[in-house]
Amino acid sequence: MRGAKSAKWVAGAIVVALAATACGGGKSDGGSDAKGAVDPNGIFSIELGEPEKPLLTGDTMESNGSAVMAGLFSTLVDYKADGSLEMINAESVTTTDSKTWTVKLKPGWTFHDGTPVTSKSFVDAWNWNANVKNAQGLASWFADIKGFDKVHPEAEGAKPTSDKLDGLKIVDDNTFTIELNTAVPYFAHKLAYIVFAPLPESFYKDPKAGGEKPVGNGPYKFKSWDHKKQIEITRFDGYKGPNKAKNGGVLFKNYTTLEAAYEDLKSGNVDVLRQLAPKDLPVYRQDLGDRAVDQAYSAIQTIAVAFYADQWKKPKQVDPKVIQGLSMAIDRATITKTVLNGTREPATGWVAKGVLGYQPNAVDVTKFDPAKAKELIKAGGGVPNNKISIQYNADGGHKEWVEAVCNSITQSTGVQCVGDGKPDFQADLTARKTKQVKSLYRSGWVLDYPVNANFISDLFRTGAGGNQGDFSNKELDAKIAKADSAKTLDESVKAYQAIEKDLVNYMPSIPLWYYKVNAGYSEKVSGVAYGQDGDPILTGVEVKK
Amino acid sequence: MGRYVARRLLQMIPVFLGTTLLIFLMVHSLPGDPVLAMFGDKGADPATLAAKRHELGLDKSLPEQYFAYMRDMILHFDFGTQIRNGRPVTEVLGEAFPVTLQLAFLAFTFELLFGIGLGIIAGLRAGRLADNAILIFTLLIISIPVFVLGFLIKMQFAFNLGWIAPNVSTEVNWDELIAPAIVLGGLSLAYVARLTRTTMAENLRADYMRTAIAKGLPKRRIIGVHLMRNSMIPVVTFLGTDIGALMGGAVVTEKIFNIKGVGGLIAESISRREGTTLVGLVTILVIVYLVTSLLIDLLYAVLDPRIRYA
Repeated sequence: MRGAKSAKWVAGAIVVALAATACGGGKSDGGSDAKGAVDPNGIFSIELGEPEKPLLTGDTMESNGSAVMAGLFSTLVDYKADGSLEMINAESVTTTDSKTWTVKLKPGWTFHDGTPVTSKSFVDAWNWNANVKNAQGLASWFADIKGFDKVHPEAEGAKPTSDKLDGLKIVDDNTFTIELNTAVPYFAHKLAYIVFAPLPESFYKDPKAGGEKPVGNGPYKFKSWDHKKQIEITRFDGYKGPNKAKNGGVLFKNYTTLEAAYEDLKSGNVDVLRQLAPKDLPVYRQDLGDRAVDQAYSAIQTIAVAFYADQWKKPKQVDPKVIQGLSMAIDRATITKTVLNGTREPATGWVAKGVLGYQPNAVDVTKFDPAKAKELIKAGGGVPNNKISIQYNADGGHKEWVEAVCNSITQSTGVQCVGDGKPDFQADLTARKTKQVKSLYRSGWVLDYPVNANFISDLFRTGAGGNQGDFSNKELDAKIAKADSAKTLDESVKAYQAIEKDLVNYMPSIPLWYYKVNAGYSEKVSGVAYGQDGDPILTGVEVKK
Repeated sequence: MGRYVARRLLQMIPVFLGTTLLIFLMVHSLPGDPVLAMFGDKGADPATLAAKRHELGLDKSLPEQYFAYMRDMILHFDFGTQIRNGRPVTEVLGEAFPVTLQLAFLAFTFELLFGIGLGIIAGLRAGRLADNAILIFTLLIISIPVFVLGFLIKMQFAFNLGWIAPNVSTEVNWDELIAPAIVLGGLSLAYVARLTRTTMAENLRADYMRTAIAKGLPKRRIIGVHLMRNSMIPVVTFLGTDIGALMGGAVVTEKIFNIKGVGGLIAESISRREGTTLVGLVTILVIVYLVTSLLIDLLYAVLDPRIRYA
């Protein structure tokens, strides 16, 4: 989930998005900063951590790597701030039944090494990424496509029986078709993800080198990667896409801490930040003035329920009313304002802002109401043992809010609540994977593709990748299957909206708050905007002379 | 002498094997699976996990892994590859060590010059104003935690006065390392000064000093040769072990000043369960410790001719 594809917003849409967040601060619409002539070849720098893995399209899932990949590769489509699609490398992506999709490419595109981008570039790349032999972390994204189980058998140690996805057929150089196992109305939105990017012929000769010096088809070409120091990409002048770079290139600078990056921003050594440390949050608006950014993005923090734990399972399955009660016992408004320094916004549903199908005030179980909370818990038969714990990783800055949430629950309902801190993210993940979570655990989700299905189907369907709490409900599964088989995207989105409203009857998790980008940029740049995944949009940044 | 050195070198082998094995076992006993963590919240299917484990050789048993690792390291000087990004560990270490060496060198020079200098002044004027001033100063340095000292220095010299850049840039310059070196060497400086002061004040009253003065030797010679040489043994011992600490223990300082050195690499390798990187790091640090302690032991003989090695 970390590091979804960066989306490039059009200038006007940013203004809309900022107005929607109802909290002023970052104002950058890419055109209004008229003062200071723009240098079209200017290079700007961004704070970035060292990418965890080689820069492969099939394996880059954390945000550091994705930020670079977003500049190097262009996918078939991309999405706008409202979740609607924009064609990038594709001329069109069409379907009549949501099951067979026809992709037409824009002619004349080339990779950075000069070779043409054809249907084969896409089909071969997808086959390679899906193949279990290559052990790509994002391989499951191809599971919709017919023949995936042959290329990527699920069982441990199983050998693939084919190295080609049956569902992919090349029609001609600029056309290919995708056949899916079942209808997926929002499949075109998934195509914006980096794993669906094309790869040049040269990649297969030496994939390892391809991860070190990626050759893409995006607005920037790779220049150098000085490990743990910096990555440099420069504008690709042969780029044919609509999102041409307005600058000469990007320098990703590596910092050990966010505090250090912020100090460098103030002394003019770095131009754009992606995030601020908690220590700087109270002062950054005064420090930066209108260069301070405060903007919502499509991610949500939740408390998930470990349904496999004895507490919720024995002697009988927990009544959703109990979880509703716990949810209503949390004073989100106060906690986000005080403990989290206003860096989050109370959630009112399970689907985050900025995705297709987001509905404000989807449910009312996120309202703070101690009296009703007590009532609900009582009606549901009470919390087993009258005690809960929330597991979190202590290295991620979660301790404070977990304690605040616990206090809030205990004060309003009398249910005892303690934080169950694991030393680091690794230990936290292992406890989740091995089903050792005792009661509740901290969870979160950043969009993969901007459709509400991503926040429902990928989290609460039985056996879904993000469903680590073993939530399972046949009724809900049936509803999801029905929404997935809807004829059009619109119908599917509407069906999912109904499911979201209905989720209160199951309470697979407790929504807490939506994430916000709290960052800033230097006086040297303008037009800095952030996509739904919270990353700055590289191509729109303008560098002043 | 030759036999002593040979014996010491032979002793290094079991120490070396023991420490690497211990570190290897410790990393593997930590909760958390490095392969699982590569996929974060989202997880991956068993087939992908198995393929990744096989690729990295993590599907073998622990003794096999350790044996293969030590074999490659000793025979081919191959420290393996990192789990996450597949980079050779030698390359990772090769990037981190030069920076840390630079930093450690500066810090060491700083503590050596100022520590011994202050110690001499205090020792010769024991009980007088200068001595008390230095005692208070060193006490202050010892009692301030490293991150506070680092922050204070940054605040004053980078933000208020603007003399230095707040952070070390990606291409490390010597002048940028001065501030972190002072922070890093500060604590040891206080210890060196106090050690020097005490042994000097003590030796000032020794018989041979009285004899030297009675012989009518010039003062420079009395202090420079007779007093200094005898007082340096505990100081040199401390300085020797401190080199190892400077090389490996600068986690906090490196973080404050944005230095990509060994300290940060150790912390990162632990949190990511990068067993091979960690063993590589520790191996080199163990060698640094072993070699410096051997050198220190040999230095004793130079300082005090009564110490002889068979």
